[in-house]
Amino acid sequence: MTDVQLNSNTTKPSRRRYLSALGLLGLSSWMIPSWVVAKKPEAMEAIAKIVGSNSIRDGRVKLIIPPLVESGNLVVLKLAVESPMTANDYVKAVHVIAEGNPLPNIFTAYFTPRSGRADLTTRVRLADSQRVWAIAQMSDGSFWQGYADTLVTLSACTELV
Amino acid sequence: MSKTSRTGITMPAQAQKDSIIEIRAIAQHDMETGYRYSEDGKRIPRDIIRLFTCQYNGEEVFRMDFYPGIGANPLIVFTTVAVASGTLEFKWVGDDGYEAVNHAQIIVS
Repeated sequence: MTDVQLNSNTTKPSRRRYLSALGLLGLSSWMIPSWVVAKKPEAMEAIAKIVGSNSIRDGRVKLIIPPLVESGNLVVLKLAVESPMTANDYVKAVHVIAEGNPLPNIFTAYFTPRSGRADLTTRVRLADSQRVWAIAQMSDGSFWQGYADTLVTLSACTELV
Repeated sequence: MSKTSRTGITMPAQAQKDSIIEIRAIAQHDMETGYRYSEDGKRIPRDIIRLFTCQYNGEEVFRMDFYPGIGANPLIVFTTVAVASGTLEFKWVGDDGYEAVNHAQIIVS
């Protein structure tokens, strides 16, 4: 009896299947593999690993990235830390951490009093629209942070070859 | 990626003593992240430059650690104080035995 029913209205199940497939397709675009985007806690963990038990203060670090980026593959990132850069008071290191990258660490730069200025320009990859942090470690052991937000239209590192 | 590749340094050849000079360093490198897949579904292994150092007359003045978040053909613009005439040595070290070294002369007056 059931067979007869199925045969009599074949259009209904196929239409239902088609619609459910369409629904799944729509959903699948929201389901991003977990490794593609690092969770915010991972970035926080990376920062905690750098800082240890010290506290971070806001300020002194200026991070400049374009607010709107077309391609995340090559983003110009500028960094400047306020410091006299003398033998007694200088920036030891700057760590750049991206919240939305598969690996939050982007780079670590080590300065010396002979750097003159704690300035740096480089090009980075951004996997998503996100906030990028810069943590500066001073010679006196204090930590300072700054951040920049950006919108990325085409993300890096998810494409096929 | 090959064992070495083209790298370039742009910096002034002459400078005033104790002035801050800007150095631009660039390397030709794919910086393969290790997060990409080829068409047949295989993960492409990570192959990046890991370390960049700058030595001024044998003394290290700048160092940088790279992670996959650095874009292909890495460019670094940084500064140093021109303290004396001499040689600056720039070294890039990466995965799979990659190494590249640049030298630049500077005359400080």
